[in-house]
Amino acid sequence: MRFVVNTWFAERLADAGIHSRFLEDHHPVHMPCLEIRRLDWAQAAELARRLEMRLVAVWAAEAGLHDASPSGDLPLYAYMAYAHPEHRHALLRTELNTDEPVVHSISPHFIAACRMERSMQDMFGIRVQGIPDDRAWLKHEHWPEEALPLKRDFNAVQPMPSDPARMGIDYPYVQSASSGVHEIPVGPVHAGIIEPGHFRFLAVGEQVLNMEARLGYVHKGVERAMQGKSAENGVKLAGRTSGDCTVAHAWAFSQACEYAAQKPPPLRASFIRGVLCERERMANHIGDIGAICNDAAFGFMHAQMQRLREDMARLHAAIFGHRLLMDLVIPGGVGRDIPAVERDALLAQTQDIAEEVERLRSIYADHPSIQERVIGSGVVSTEDALDLGLLGYAGRASGNYPDERIEEAYPPYDGLQIRVAKGRMGDVATRVWVRFEEIADSARIIALLLEAMPEGAIANPWKAPEAGLSGFAAIEGWRGEIAAWVRFGEGGLVDRYFVRDPSVINWLGLELAVRGVPVPDFPLNNKSFNCSYAGNDL
Amino acid sequence: MLTILRSIFRTGCKTETLAESTAIESGAQLLEAAIRKHFNSSLAIRQVDAGSCNGCELEIHAVNNCYYDLERFGCHFVASPRHADMLLVTGPVTRNMETALRMTYDAMPAPKLVVAVGDCAASCGVFGRDNYAIAGAVSDIIPVNITVHGCPPTPGDIIQGILQAVEG
Repeated sequence: MRFVVNTWFAERLADAGIHSRFLEDHHPVHMPCLEIRRLDWAQAAELARRLEMRLVAVWAAEAGLHDASPSGDLPLYAYMAYAHPEHRHALLRTELNTDEPVVHSISPHFIAACRMERSMQDMFGIRVQGIPDDRAWLKHEHWPEEALPLKRDFNAVQPMPSDPARMGIDYPYVQSASSGVHEIPVGPVHAGIIEPGHFRFLAVGEQVLNMEARLGYVHKGVERAMQGKSAENGVKLAGRTSGDCTVAHAWAFSQACEYAAQKPPPLRASFIRGVLCERERMANHIGDIGAICNDAAFGFMHAQMQRLREDMARLHAAIFGHRLLMDLVIPGGVGRDIPAVERDALLAQTQDIAEEVERLRSIYADHPSIQERVIGSGVVSTEDALDLGLLGYAGRASGNYPDERIEEAYPPYDGLQIRVAKGRMGDVATRVWVRFEEIADSARIIALLLEAMPEGAIANPWKAPEAGLSGFAAIEGWRGEIAAWVRFGEGGLVDRYFVRDPSVINWLGLELAVRGVPVPDFPLNNKSFNCSYAGNDL
Repeated sequence: MLTILRSIFRTGCKTETLAESTAIESGAQLLEAAIRKHFNSSLAIRQVDAGSCNGCELEIHAVNNCYYDLERFGCHFVASPRHADMLLVTGPVTRNMETALRMTYDAMPAPKLVVAVGDCAASCGVFGRDNYAIAGAVSDIIPVNITVHGCPPTPGDIIQGILQAVEG
């Protein structure tokens, strides 16, 4: 870990005439938080765009109680985070007017910000000036008008009542006036064993003209529920932000806590986290490749892949006590060691599975009936991928290659060469290709980590930082970068937790991908992205 | 084609008896007999995620893999509640899914069996009852026959829950 203050973005801001102040209560210093004036908000976003930075997230937070003004008013802040492939992450913060919170939209510069800004409107009542789409996002129609769940004065401990006056309101979907266009509503309860969400297709004959996702159905108040939890308890909730990505979410939360407390975990713990995270990546890619093939009626591949996934889950249960690896990453380290005997079993199985996947890959590649379905279906151009800042395999299939294991190079990845699969075609076939490549690379990384595993403790005792300290972490989960920001309050309890699952951005990629695709190919495309509904809705 | 056949041959039959993969002794026969008796050899299941973190969905998927192969006992997952004998519900019921869950339940024909899968479905789990976004556990919204605990429950537990609901 390089503990050098990252002044690159502050210097660029100064060059552009934007004054910024380095906030000392935020950690780590290589991902600094800079306070800017509210007037400069949109200009700073424009500068970030010009500097070819990637928008990571935009969110809001009420100040902690320690920060209250003498009159008892709590300042309200807006935050945004950017990343640059060479100059790492930087956060910007600005203080809003508490009586009438208004902030300029940054969506004109980064379209992926739009849904996050809509969430800020829903959760805090912040008016985002100039937002291109001001429909409610997480706030469904039946919510009371005045419900602002992340404000401190909101009654968050009782189920929110429905407002009968608002029950009849329909969500204003994008529509077409043309008589040749028909609408297909799908969901929220879908046909398969899958999470809920609503898709509204505008179709011309068989082809999709536009697809709009309406999400928020599994909004569980995760951010609010985290407030007032200790880090040890909170990590269980963080690990269930998106259950298929539990290791990476728990890691992002834990690392943000560890940064805030300025106490890195022991090296052995980082290595074990790396092994768990790469196993999670392998298992999910394997399961998804099978499911993609199943959606094109290639049942053989599905059966084989689900078998491999089950083998992995069973070994996880035997070694770690949990099939999906939940609750293993904890603030300060990991909860379970990998003893020598089990290390060999883990290594052997990882290699066996990687070999089997390669064998199956050659069958997949030689099978014209599946190739015909995946090649050229659901293309996202490189230009669009860069524009949206697509993450993970969705980005890597379309010429956008952010990988936090390289950009942030947190342990244990700091000493490793990560092989990034660099796709360009952006279709389903390329997304599958990237996943095959990642399975092979994860197997290689697991072997390296297990062989070089350092001796020592697996966890430091957790000691919460003082009130007001915050930490930010960016972890490369299997779907892509997970960004987490945690601020501690009084008594060592979490005061505000914000997390951005890669799905928040990648859902937009799916909407672009399916334009012009026949409706029956939607499941194939949907599975090739496999965005998380839970991770998006929080 | 030859490579596929060779691969199938090399893999062999992985399906286990239920006693092997779960703790249920002679569970298979019981389940099959009950389904034969009550559902004319075919139990149609509709799954609804009412707010889960998607961990339970992974394990419900797993009951269909070749090791457990739930379908051999006559259970199959259907695409519409109109076709379903049983509803498998996961997650704490969010405020935003409450109406959809009720409508799904209402759309089912009798006997309307409901199995609540997972700790969240049973008691809201880590998300908690004291949460503005959560309407309650599944049994607070619709009648539940059997509750399966676990976070998430294992495929074996889920199969056992289905069996209990069918027998009960």
